[in-house]
Amino acid sequence: MKNKVYASFDEAVADVPDGATFMSGGFAGIGVPRNLLMALVRQGAKDLTGISNNTGGQGEVVDVGKLVENGQIRKMVCAFSAAPHPSRANLFEKLNEQGQVEAELVPQGTLAERMRAAGAGVGAFYTPTGVGTETAEGKEHRVFNGRTYVLEYPLHADYAFVRAYRADTFGNLQFRRSQRNFNPVMAMAARITIAEVEEDIVELGELDPDSIHTPGIVVDRVVKIPPPPEGIWDTPNRRA
Amino acid sequence: MAEEKTPLDRQTMCNRIAMEFRDGWVVNLGVGMPTLCSNYDFGDTDILFQSENGVIGYGPLSPEGEEDIHLVNAGGQHVTLVKGAAIIHHADSFSLIRSGYIDVTVMGAYEVAENGDFANWKTAGRKGGGIGGAMDLAVGAKQVFLALEHTTREGAPRLLKRCTLPVTAVGVVTKVVTNLGLFDVTPEGFVMREIAPGYTPEEVQAVTEATLTISPDLKELRVT
Repeated sequence: MKNKVYASFDEAVADVPDGATFMSGGFAGIGVPRNLLMALVRQGAKDLTGISNNTGGQGEVVDVGKLVENGQIRKMVCAFSAAPHPSRANLFEKLNEQGQVEAELVPQGTLAERMRAAGAGVGAFYTPTGVGTETAEGKEHRVFNGRTYVLEYPLHADYAFVRAYRADTFGNLQFRRSQRNFNPVMAMAARITIAEVEEDIVELGELDPDSIHTPGIVVDRVVKIPPPPEGIWDTPNRRA
Repeated sequence: MAEEKTPLDRQTMCNRIAMEFRDGWVVNLGVGMPTLCSNYDFGDTDILFQSENGVIGYGPLSPEGEEDIHLVNAGGQHVTLVKGAAIIHHADSFSLIRSGYIDVTVMGAYEVAENGDFANWKTAGRKGGGIGGAMDLAVGAKQVFLALEHTTREGAPRLLKRCTLPVTAVGVVTKVVTNLGLFDVTPEGFVMREIAPGYTPEEVQAVTEATLTISPDLKELRVT
């Protein structure tokens, strides 16, 4: 089986072109492919469309917000495009208010299901989520068994960036705890999937085939996260 | 002498709504105030907390310094797992949510209407919003409970005849707790079941846009 290990994040994202669409995993700061996103900042591709749960943090936080700060994002497809209060608005929200970037706001379950549909080869699906709200305006509605549903389409991407706990050289992935979140569905929805991996990448046969969360056939490149400070590792979220 | 007026604090509001959870329920708590529901002492009542990021069966917050770097609830708080917990991915998590495996979701809101509509994702005059998992939970959970202050900081009512903000879902709310009382949302509108200590129904009605039906069994709201 093909060895998909790349020596560096910079090599792994080198071919991302201007105008590409990418997915970035993670939820509430866990499972975020921080090293790949920073490599993309260094690489500099522009006019990117990002698909992620939110539009990033601010300041020290390393996530999709760093691409926003660097002017590389044209549009985000996300479940949060604004903070609960304007005083906590991030840069993306301010740029969106000014019309300098675009946001497509999608209910979180619909976001995940649109990714799954893309990865599942499904042409479209009907969901009850959003019926009667702004998010369903202009979309086809249909009644099944007396309940109204709205038509939603798959969400594909050129690249998916994911963060995993363990991987083998073929790209079979395991996630740990809530690190899993969007990562497996993104890995299947994108044409090229790149994983940053926390533990040492192991040889074929060392991962239990019954315990693979994402099969290597949908993963194209894997990179081991080096120790800090070169690699970006997580610290516990701050207490509310 | 009349009893002193005592609006409920947030923990008391959440304790009271948590008293409605039944043995064996799977419960989803929204970010912010509703997370306080998990502080209620459920005693022998078996409650399973689920969060949108695929965690089925989480327990108390982790002690500081003992956080699991890979484990948070939907609010990004580091939590612990209960024995028997399971982890699934986001698309599967929302499959459970949409298909009715969640018995109740408790959410915060800006507004709730007497027809069961509510609004909690977008405020007036802003381009963006934060839907998160609210729309999926609202249509998928078997019941939707809300915990919110009875009025805005400026004193405007939040219990309305019709929502003025963009709605999160239509006709789904079944129970509401505010700092002034506990309300059922019925085909006839809001029914006040319990009232904060020291308040009269007329005083609560005066800060409510919708017309309240006062339960013939109206009680003072107490946490037991």
